[in-house]
Amino acid sequence: MEKPFAITLDPGSSLANKTGTWRTMRPVYRDHLPPCNAQCPAGEDIQGWLYPAESGDYEAAWRHLTRDNPFPAIMGRVCYHSCEGACNRGKLDAAVGINSVERFLGDEALKRGWRFEPPAAELLARGKHVLVVGAGPSGMSAAYHLRRLGHAVTVLEAGPAAGGMMRFGIPKYRLPRDVLDAEMARIVAMGVTLKLDTKVFDLAQTMKDGGYDAAFLAVGAHIAKRTFIPAKDGSRILDAVSLLRSMEGADTPETRPMLGRRVVVYGGGNTAIDVARTAKRLGATEAIIVYRRTREKMPAHDFEVEEALEEGVMVKWLSTIKQAGNQLGETALTIEKMALDAHGNPQPTGEYETLEADSLVLALGQDVDLSLLDGVPGLERKDGVVQVDPVTMMTGHPGLFAGGDMVPASRNVTVAVGHGKKAARHIDAWLNGRAAGAAPKHPGATFERLNPWYYSDAPKTLRPQLDLARRTSSFDEVQGGLTEANALFEARRCLSCGNCFECDNCYGVCPDNAVIKLGPGKRFEINYDYCKGCGICAAECPCGAIEMVAEEV
Amino acid sequence: MHQPVKFYQTGTFTVGNRLLAPEQRSVQASTERSNSLNSGHRACQGCGEALGARYAVDAAMRATGNQLIAANATGCLEVFSTPYPETSWQLPWIHSLFGNAAAVGTGIAAALKVKAIKAGAEHSPVRVIAQGGDGGTTDIGFGCLSGMFERNDDVLYLCYDNEAYMNTGVQRSSATPPAARTATTMAVGAHPGAEFGQGKNLPLIAMAHEIPYVATATVADLRDLEAKVEKAMSIHGARYLHILVPCPLGWGAASHDTIRLARLARETGIFPVFEAEHGEVTAVTKIRRHVPVEEYLRPQKRFAHLFSGNGHPETIARIQADADRNIRRFKLLDEAQQEA
Repeated sequence: MEKPFAITLDPGSSLANKTGTWRTMRPVYRDHLPPCNAQCPAGEDIQGWLYPAESGDYEAAWRHLTRDNPFPAIMGRVCYHSCEGACNRGKLDAAVGINSVERFLGDEALKRGWRFEPPAAELLARGKHVLVVGAGPSGMSAAYHLRRLGHAVTVLEAGPAAGGMMRFGIPKYRLPRDVLDAEMARIVAMGVTLKLDTKVFDLAQTMKDGGYDAAFLAVGAHIAKRTFIPAKDGSRILDAVSLLRSMEGADTPETRPMLGRRVVVYGGGNTAIDVARTAKRLGATEAIIVYRRTREKMPAHDFEVEEALEEGVMVKWLSTIKQAGNQLGETALTIEKMALDAHGNPQPTGEYETLEADSLVLALGQDVDLSLLDGVPGLERKDGVVQVDPVTMMTGHPGLFAGGDMVPASRNVTVAVGHGKKAARHIDAWLNGRAAGAAPKHPGATFERLNPWYYSDAPKTLRPQLDLARRTSSFDEVQGGLTEANALFEARRCLSCGNCFECDNCYGVCPDNAVIKLGPGKRFEINYDYCKGCGICAAECPCGAIEMVAEEV
Repeated sequence: MHQPVKFYQTGTFTVGNRLLAPEQRSVQASTERSNSLNSGHRACQGCGEALGARYAVDAAMRATGNQLIAANATGCLEVFSTPYPETSWQLPWIHSLFGNAAAVGTGIAAALKVKAIKAGAEHSPVRVIAQGGDGGTTDIGFGCLSGMFERNDDVLYLCYDNEAYMNTGVQRSSATPPAARTATTMAVGAHPGAEFGQGKNLPLIAMAHEIPYVATATVADLRDLEAKVEKAMSIHGARYLHILVPCPLGWGAASHDTIRLARLARETGIFPVFEAEHGEVTAVTKIRRHVPVEEYLRPQKRFAHLFSGNGHPETIARIQADADRNIRRFKLLDEAQQEA
């Protein structure tokens, strides 16, 4: 073949040289479980819903969020957001305000009237009929998820309105009732049957009468725990559950419970705090919490204690109430001072003092009324709650599942919502004659996986709080929401731990052009023909979504 | 040059960002990038020079609408990209000798100028770059380069500085830092490694020629590098861009640490990143998180002798003093950072 002067070979491209053969390690894209998600009792895919929120697609974010939790506006107000404690960004500057963004999305959904899609016809055709007892967070969560899976769902609720403890236990200044009502109504609108004022006394009979194929029980813990306090006849002693319940619908001063000017609350949980803050709003000049241990040992959440103290609630630490009403009069309480022993347990000291109080509210915890289960075989009860398989939420009786406050777990809304979701998945599996098993989990996205260099500094945005004067004089909501600009900023602070967010770093830093960019939403692929396995892509991935794996020889 | 950094998604240090408008995205984030130095090249795993060359030439390609010719000095870049008859280059590319890339670039620029004048234009739409490693630039090609500067020829010279002759087995060049071990400055004797007080600082020498544009960059800051190339291509006349490109083999570092080391070189102050026009410094890239030089030196085997046995704390202190001098000289820290 004729070639120009001094040319002996045809020109060729280096693409003929497959340098991938040099490789001993190969990069692999993996999704990891971010710590927020790992921590969430409701199993929310937090990084997953923050991602569309970052680009301002709030509806997509809300739809993604509600795949796991149908109550974002409620959660954005009452959830104790343990996700933020786990957030990797906390190690850089401050945790992402996940809860604030969740509330923003929830409020946005209410404002714009977003609704849940009803289940598809072919799903409904295969669906069975499931009974849910109790329209609290757990029951309504289960109803929602069961409905989405195509089942006919009937919720029987003993109270006059849906919401359970969210309505009868959480004060309005934390959860406005229009928000609660709206999120409950949205589930009913999916085709869930809700029957109010319908208490189930005999479950076996109810199941038979209704022809239900399975049942989820979430009756909550509505019975106040008592402790024996010697009291004179005139002493005014109430329990926290009844007090908070009597606040519901009590919109005028005449209908509100009478507590007097000096109110003492006995207990150290969140309910005690709720009661003391409610008492302040009802006009008490003094609201004093008596708790037998120290602040560090208090089960109530720290930020709630802080808000209560701001509002003028006082706390007597290391104190117990020995007697209500004494020789000084019916309004006096006898308090005994306590001291912590080596194990951190309070021990009596024999030192007494007197505390004047117009009323005493006991906030010592709650029990479950399990009488509806009488006569149901196979159930195991222990410590006043029903035992369930922690993976499936099924009780000892086949087809009977339970969750929320009536099973052994932390008693809060998010845990209850998580129970509802988990139970729904396993009820569906059980009805279809298969075992669902535990949901598979990705490996954890620890802080060590991240390359935080790439994240610029961005301090957290705080939510506005109601002025103190208005807080203690009204039941207006204490915590405000974020504006859209703030919510967007906050969403974009997410580091996307362990999940590719398409920053193009791998595509850019590969010295061998061996990363293929697949386009928006499709992430990347490695071209193993040319990847030499240097590992720069993995080292420089901001979110740690690439792993180096040894080549098999 | 930088967009203001507010939070990671819209003022980003990453290569790309789905939330940015297309015109704000980096060249390397684009699927349309020219991949001027294509796959299949024979550079070592994690080669900083391959990365730096693609970054710079891709940016120059975009800046010139792909109307670009490259002259290339001998060195790793030429050897690993173009073993005859294969080539990785996706643009007209010419190789001649180790020492004359600047002169060859100058000649091409002169020819283009003649063609432009004949066509009745002031400048040719086709632009020229010349490129080489630190050996071919600071030592062997220095005469040609200085001539190119002195005549203000319309060429952008790109120096990929990996601080030694890596292609021939890691011998000291005039860009090798003091105390570094190379095959010719071994870790033996009272003062192991390269001597202090020797070598050349080519960006400062280029500035002394008072050419229109001189800048330094690293492969750790892509957006900065691309912006500098783009700026350089907006100027006619002699321009010089000095890019720090870590060499895993010659530095004795892990192949995945290439970018991290370049970043540390900047964050310690050892490698000041700045821009100069007509001999005056006009902009510096501030250090974001200041770190002591030890953090940069430790991962590199070429400095291992500083940490073995009883160590050489006095040598590390001298390197630290050099870094501190750069910080003072180029004002690399904000006042607030200096106090902290």
